[in-house]
Amino acid sequence: MNIKEKIIEKGLLFCALLTILTTLGIIAVLVIQSVSFFKEVSFLDFITDTEWTPLFSNKHYGILPLFAGTFLTTFIAILVAVPIGLIIAIYLSEYAPKKLRNILKPALEVLAAVPTVVYGYFALVYVTPFLQNIFPSLSGFNSLSPGLMMGIMILPLVSSLSEDALYAVPKFLKEGSFALGATKFQTAWKVMVPAAFSGIAVSVILAISRAIGETMIVAIAAGQQPRLTMNPLVPVETATTYIVQVSMGDVPHDSIEYKTIFAVGMSLFVFTLVLNNISFWLKKRYQETYN
Amino acid sequence: MKIEAKNVNFFYGPDQVLRDISMSIKKNTVTALIGPSGCGKSTFLRLFNRMNDLIETAKLEGEILIDGVDIYNKNINVNELRKTIGMVFQKPNPFPKSIFENVAYGMKVNGITDKSIIEESVEESLKQAALWEEVKDKLKKSAFALSGGQQQRLCIARALAVKPSVLLMDEPASALDPISSIKIEELIYQLKASYTIMIVTHNMQQASRTSDKTAFFYMGELVEFDDTRTLFTNPKKERTQNYITGRFG
Repeated sequence: MNIKEKIIEKGLLFCALLTILTTLGIIAVLVIQSVSFFKEVSFLDFITDTEWTPLFSNKHYGILPLFAGTFLTTFIAILVAVPIGLIIAIYLSEYAPKKLRNILKPALEVLAAVPTVVYGYFALVYVTPFLQNIFPSLSGFNSLSPGLMMGIMILPLVSSLSEDALYAVPKFLKEGSFALGATKFQTAWKVMVPAAFSGIAVSVILAISRAIGETMIVAIAAGQQPRLTMNPLVPVETATTYIVQVSMGDVPHDSIEYKTIFAVGMSLFVFTLVLNNISFWLKKRYQETYN
Repeated sequence: MKIEAKNVNFFYGPDQVLRDISMSIKKNTVTALIGPSGCGKSTFLRLFNRMNDLIETAKLEGEILIDGVDIYNKNINVNELRKTIGMVFQKPNPFPKSIFENVAYGMKVNGITDKSIIEESVEESLKQAALWEEVKDKLKKSAFALSGGQQQRLCIARALAVKPSVLLMDEPASALDPISSIKIEELIYQLKASYTIMIVTHNMQQASRTSDKTAFFYMGELVEFDDTRTLFTNPKKERTQNYITGRFG
């Protein structure tokens, strides 16, 4: 019996370690390849050069155009997801009858279950042509249309987590506001949202991380032209799209072109790691405030 | 009579939690509501600012009158009503704002925008709640920086700032240490001059120290309602006698 228990315990430990080891392995590969990349390309060029042309004969290794594409599509997505998501969250937690909330919330979360490739084709085949009616100068590939679709994709992340945060605000805080003659809207906006602020901020940060890392939608609908621009109407290339492009191509292993994808991957990883840490810190601070 | 309850029955869904309660309360008095947990005393208190409206399945029969007006009448604006009936809760519940903004909140949501009026009222309310001296130099600081007892006095100041005539207190000292508790009791005694106060309490010493009248609730019924001194020294009902001597509850 005792031996059996021990085997089970070790088995569980092994499973836990396996996931950690996998992550460490991925990080190790990223770091090793990036280090060898930066032996050939100066880090300063990497972060200041305004052109990204590693696959051309005149090679430039400036990450800025890729990050501009990532930033622009993410920004548009956040512009869609945060206001709408927050309004939905306030409606669900403060206004909707319990029964309606129990139907609407899971229904919204289904949006997150749609495969992103579907969003991507939808952006390319429906949203872009539709938007071209409004903006005739809109290119077939652009950041506006995939940005909007990405906003829809991360909407449930914002609405659902923000709703959880609002719902977790102690009931007596809401009652305190009502007891002073405040209306529902005043209570929601001036007491509940500030009280749930950290939770809402966490949801927004997670949504940003998700949008930065999103690959399929932008690979399909945003184009493959690295361009340092804030114009949402022209083709761009995001960091993730670049990685797809090179991975799928016939770039020889261990060439400098091949190593670029690890350098780009490493940059993305650092970005999302920082964001996740901020959200972790916010969460912790929030819990301290209420206990 | 300032406050009257007439034949009040109250239900949460199918459960009746208050049974045929009638009570009259005079202006500028303190009335304590005592009784074991689940006896309905908090529910009864929350009828007077219609806080039970927040519960979807709640149902009231009978009448609640304040200054002779039925507050459950269809023409009553609940937000206006709640301005005239202040409430202090069991756990201090300051808003995630500064000390100043906490007290100013009630005025601001009620459309008062004049800065000097708000500043004056904040100071006056904090003085009334015996908190001014302790916080006057840190009004911009977060309310969470205050101790539990200070937070509760802040919540009292917040309630007073909208100039109510009635103050409902739901076990206002139960989450506080003995010294903070005594401070709240002293405060109740002073506030009686300007407000009609109803206080729910578990603590019978507190009820006898602070109140003029005491109502003993048991299982949703009002067992006995009398002058505090009479109720504690010479109760008419055996159940009251058993409760105040600590035989149950």
